[in-house]
Amino acid sequence: MLRRFRLEEPTTVAEVAELLGRFGDSAKVYAGGTELLLAMKEGLVHFERLVNVKGVSGLNEVKQNNGEIHIGALCTHHELENSPILKEKLPALVKLEENVANVRVRQVGTLGGNLCFAEPHADPGTLLIALGARLLAEKGGRKREIPAESFFVDAYETSLEADEVLTQIIVPVPAQPAGVCYMKFGYLERPSVGLAVMVNLNTGRTEIDDIRIAVGCAGPAPKRVAEAEALLKGISVDEATRNIAQAGEMSGRASQAISDLHGAQDYKEHIVQVLLKRSFQNALSQCA
Amino acid sequence: MAMTMLRRSDLQTLPVSFTLNGKLQELDVEPHELLLDVIRDRLGLTGAKRSCDVQVCGACTLLVDGRPVSACTTLAFEVRGKSVMTIEGLAENGKLHPLQQAFIDHGGFQCGFCTPGMILAAKALLDENPHPTEEELKHFMHGNICRCTGYKKIIESIMAAAANMSEAPQKGS
Repeated sequence: MLRRFRLEEPTTVAEVAELLGRFGDSAKVYAGGTELLLAMKEGLVHFERLVNVKGVSGLNEVKQNNGEIHIGALCTHHELENSPILKEKLPALVKLEENVANVRVRQVGTLGGNLCFAEPHADPGTLLIALGARLLAEKGGRKREIPAESFFVDAYETSLEADEVLTQIIVPVPAQPAGVCYMKFGYLERPSVGLAVMVNLNTGRTEIDDIRIAVGCAGPAPKRVAEAEALLKGISVDEATRNIAQAGEMSGRASQAISDLHGAQDYKEHIVQVLLKRSFQNALSQCA
Repeated sequence: MAMTMLRRSDLQTLPVSFTLNGKLQELDVEPHELLLDVIRDRLGLTGAKRSCDVQVCGACTLLVDGRPVSACTTLAFEVRGKSVMTIEGLAENGKLHPLQQAFIDHGGFQCGFCTPGMILAAKALLDENPHPTEEELKHFMHGNICRCTGYKKIIESIMAAAANMSEAPQKGS
């Protein structure tokens, strides 16, 4: 049962920011509603006003720009799983989007909404951190880019200011030869553990030029695991493969896993280790 | 979070015009009204069911512009200018849709509570992919939960409907 609220229907980003500034905590951005309406129906949160941003044009497109992909924040998961540009340039993101929740959630849920709601058991943030994505936040005439790895502060909490609007997700196309893999594990509706790896090899495909690792779902917010990356970067593929179990242990600890219905802390940490091994191998196989 | 209540003068209604099973509907809704409540309680079509209420089970599935949505978590004003189909709109001139017939022929339901959502989700699948593999079918349908059949007969029903529909294409199917 939803309590009454007023609906605002701005048509520009500036109007959205103005409404959020004017009404403060009593107003909330509403896009797909797949997370927000659940929390409101449960009575966990209430807002006097919802600001429907779906009338803002230009925020539901995927474009290529100078070796980067610009994803409008209002793109639905369904649009992203069917995007020809993403299929060509970021197939790992397409695979992730194909497996978000279920077909009905993907139909209306937006990538921007997913990121801004910052539900801990969400998939996209983890992969976007590994891909080195940046999130474009706008208010008034000001724009700033927030690296995905510093966007997530805590469960349901982001580094967006109260009147800032997320408008674009900017993802660099991985420099080849590269492999990108996101894997998740869970037995409830939402994942217990999510893990993403991006590997860049040298042209001879023998050395790890660069690697980015991110872990999510297990703890309050997705995190980049720099110490595990350091253990694998700048060495041969064979040597890195020998270090992968240790990198997995580090990633498990870095996940800040908590014991809950999705699994015990040590269980989730173990799963992180397993998923790192598998996704590392998968990413390597894409470089061949 | 601000705890002030909305005043009566703040109450808002939105005119909503949409087609429901091919017929134009025009009504006023408040922003917080859910599509499932409007369809069931105001328009009297009770095929879509409220069950989990959190977009997990699929019992409230409706088609909006041909795509499956959870009516339990869709605000009613969102269907402005759109086309909504419920299970009541699927049969044409008293003739069951091939999916409905296949669910009967293959025992695709027991208690029937999930069936309207199952059949509408399956319709969306077959409209987009008339010849799904069993894996594609399972992936598309995994958000529709049945607690009776164990799914085997549901899968058989949908695969049989897909085969029947490709043999004899139906208008609007």
